[in-house]
Amino acid sequence: MKELRLMKGNEAISEAAIRDGCDGYFGYPITPQSEILEYLMAERPYEKTGMIVLQAESEVASINMVYGGAACGKKVFTSSSSPGISLMQEGLSYMAGAELPAVIVNVVRGGPGLGTIQPSQADYFQSVKGGGHGDYKLITLAPASVQEMYDFVGLGFEIAFRYRNPVLILSDGAIGQMMEKVYLTEQKTRLTNEEIREKYPWATLGKVPGKHRNIITSLELESAKQEKVNIRIQAKYREVEKNEVRYEEILTEDAEYIFVAYGTSSRICQKSIELGRAKGMKIGLFRPITLYPFPSERINELAGKCKGMLSVEMSAGQMVEDVKLAVEGKTKVAHFGRLGGIIPSPVEVINAIEEKLMGGK
Amino acid sequence: MTEEIIIAGFGGQGVLSMGKILAYSGVMEDKEVSWMPSYGPEMRGGTANVTVIISDERISSPILSTYDTAIILNQQSMDKFEPMIKSGGLLLYDGNGITRHPVRKDINIFRVDAADESARIGLSKVFNMIVLGGFLKLKPIIGPEFIHKGLEKSLPKRHHGMIPENERAIEKGKEIVYALQEIA
Amino acid sequence: MANITDEDIRKPENLVYSRTKVLTENIMSYCPGCGHGTAHRIIAEVIEEMGIQDKTVGIAPVGCSVLAYNFFDLDMQQAPHGRAPAVGTAVKRLLPDHFVFTYQGDGDLAAIGTAETIHACNRGENITMIFINNGIYGMTGGQMAPTTLPGMKSSTSPYGRDVATMGNPLKITELLAQLPGTIYVARHAVHTPAAVRKAKKAVRKAFENQKLNKGTSFVEIVSNCNSGWKMTPNQSNKWMVDHMFPYYPMGEIKDTVGKE
Repeated sequence: MKELRLMKGNEAISEAAIRDGCDGYFGYPITPQSEILEYLMAERPYEKTGMIVLQAESEVASINMVYGGAACGKKVFTSSSSPGISLMQEGLSYMAGAELPAVIVNVVRGGPGLGTIQPSQADYFQSVKGGGHGDYKLITLAPASVQEMYDFVGLGFEIAFRYRNPVLILSDGAIGQMMEKVYLTEQKTRLTNEEIREKYPWATLGKVPGKHRNIITSLELESAKQEKVNIRIQAKYREVEKNEVRYEEILTEDAEYIFVAYGTSSRICQKSIELGRAKGMKIGLFRPITLYPFPSERINELAGKCKGMLSVEMSAGQMVEDVKLAVEGKTKVAHFGRLGGIIPSPVEVINAIEEKLMGGK
Repeated sequence: MTEEIIIAGFGGQGVLSMGKILAYSGVMEDKEVSWMPSYGPEMRGGTANVTVIISDERISSPILSTYDTAIILNQQSMDKFEPMIKSGGLLLYDGNGITRHPVRKDINIFRVDAADESARIGLSKVFNMIVLGGFLKLKPIIGPEFIHKGLEKSLPKRHHGMIPENERAIEKGKEIVYALQEIA
Repeated sequence: MANITDEDIRKPENLVYSRTKVLTENIMSYCPGCGHGTAHRIIAEVIEEMGIQDKTVGIAPVGCSVLAYNFFDLDMQQAPHGRAPAVGTAVKRLLPDHFVFTYQGDGDLAAIGTAETIHACNRGENITMIFINNGIYGMTGGQMAPTTLPGMKSSTSPYGRDVATMGNPLKITELLAQLPGTIYVARHAVHTPAAVRKAKKAVRKAFENQKLNKGTSFVEIVSNCNSGWKMTPNQSNKWMVDHMFPYYPMGEIKDTVGKE
């Protein structure tokens, strides 16, 4: 039988990393995700698996430590919350440019600026539209439960190494702080340097005599060559879009109206569906699990079969833009959100879909 | 069975740990659970609350606007959560420090004067377990053997010597809880 | 002597000097007369002499030496501007048996990367940091650096560095020597054969120290930037001796190895 624990979302991230055979964590404290670093420091994985845990001097340093570790072919990750993730954007752009795999966890809080420490989903644009400079993408996973916080660490590393690109776990303060049941996986062993050389021949582990040296860089001063690099990276993103789209549907089969929501909002919407269905409303939920690549194709199909879609987000309306692009005008699309760290209540969401799509109560 | 509970009081009253013990006991009985705390500066000396859901089915939202049960340990929480109890639901409170008592006519109202009792028996540390006992008397949604396992899982090993004391406090709570208003 | 031909000179037995194998055959992008090439060479020679080419990872910065990875025949990483000490920290922590060095200019190490520099040294990361100080931003066309001397002209201090409004030149090397995490801190130059020999000895020590796992070793190399200073190589070296050396004096600043 699988080991079962009641854990906070943040703790689940840390435990998952240890058990996945992660080589290192580098991070800087910020609410509401400091438990990730605290848990790792308390667990002392360096004594059990050899995993390194280091409190860096800033998020800027953290992401660059991740850059250095990833460039050695190591499984490394960092975590932060919104303002800290903003500080990491330079490093993330470099990592995408240098094609380095890593997992980054954003336990989102309300912004802009120092904002609030309460949960928010206002970092959607930053996550899926680039965030830093240049043409690149972060593969973005959006967990909606503590179990998914746990599962997406291993999945994140798998995808990151498959495409040599950073993977972002876009969570929020509610999922980070809440406790739910988690089924834990077996302890994996960390790769040896020899195994890394074998699996990832690009890793900088020291030049093997007689072989070509490895260079990790995002620099190409000749534009013609830089364009080729970019075209190759873009081709990789097309592969990601083909292979990695993930989503979940709840009661969309007969739904006349569909909520589109991820993470905490999707949980609220599930309650709204319970309440609405009890009143005879035919409503369902489409939950994108990957925000990039966005499940546009499936949303487009559903749009042809329903009377309207409501994008429910704890933001002023960010994902709704991608929903509209996906729908291509086939159905009515509206947005409902609360801002600044307020979580909408299930009743508010029901009221919103009635008002915005069903022509009032 | 789905039980949606809010536990609310001051930081330091053991609100979050009571919720955790309840949730962990639910896990031990193979139920679905969620534990969603209020977090942040308001915890430091201010009000603290936690939403605990225990269910036989997959839990939808861990954040709620109405509750089956509200366990209330201070006045601010009474003012905030009394109106959010579902009609026919349960309000359980400790009368210590309560100046405005509940007024709703459509809910069951019970008191468990755990603060007085824990002071009387000189065990302020198990105050929250007395409250929990009161709740379990009224809604025995989890068996005592699973509460025992929940205590084992929730408390760090070095505190396991205190489990019998906690269980006695739960029993005490079951004894002293009493009804103020019972609706049909 | 007069009858020795070119061909004789090229005979292996007559060779007195050759390119170290730790440098590639790529033509260096540095300006003729610049000290970077010599600094690269002594680092590469030390790595060759220590026999650690297969166990060394170098971190290149942003600045003139952004392309350092083209010249060292080593596994190399190119770091974001100023972040080489953070990058190097992770590499060394994850590859503790390897030798890790950062190679950074003054803008990279002492302006944008000051925090990463100080904290890596303060944690006593077991790495070697090579700091090239030429008092100017060479790559971007001669702007003022944190180490630009008072009164010194640059494209962003065209009337000379006014310390009242532009601040003082930062002696970051002396500052780092204050930190308990650094075990070896030295300042050298590479403008004469004698200076090169001393600098190489310091670089060797800074690499050897990694075997001890006791802390950070830091070598500053005061260098010229004849292009940025708008001088001939000879003029710039003379100017460096006359003006840079008094402010940034040569020598060992800290050496705690074997003195505990």
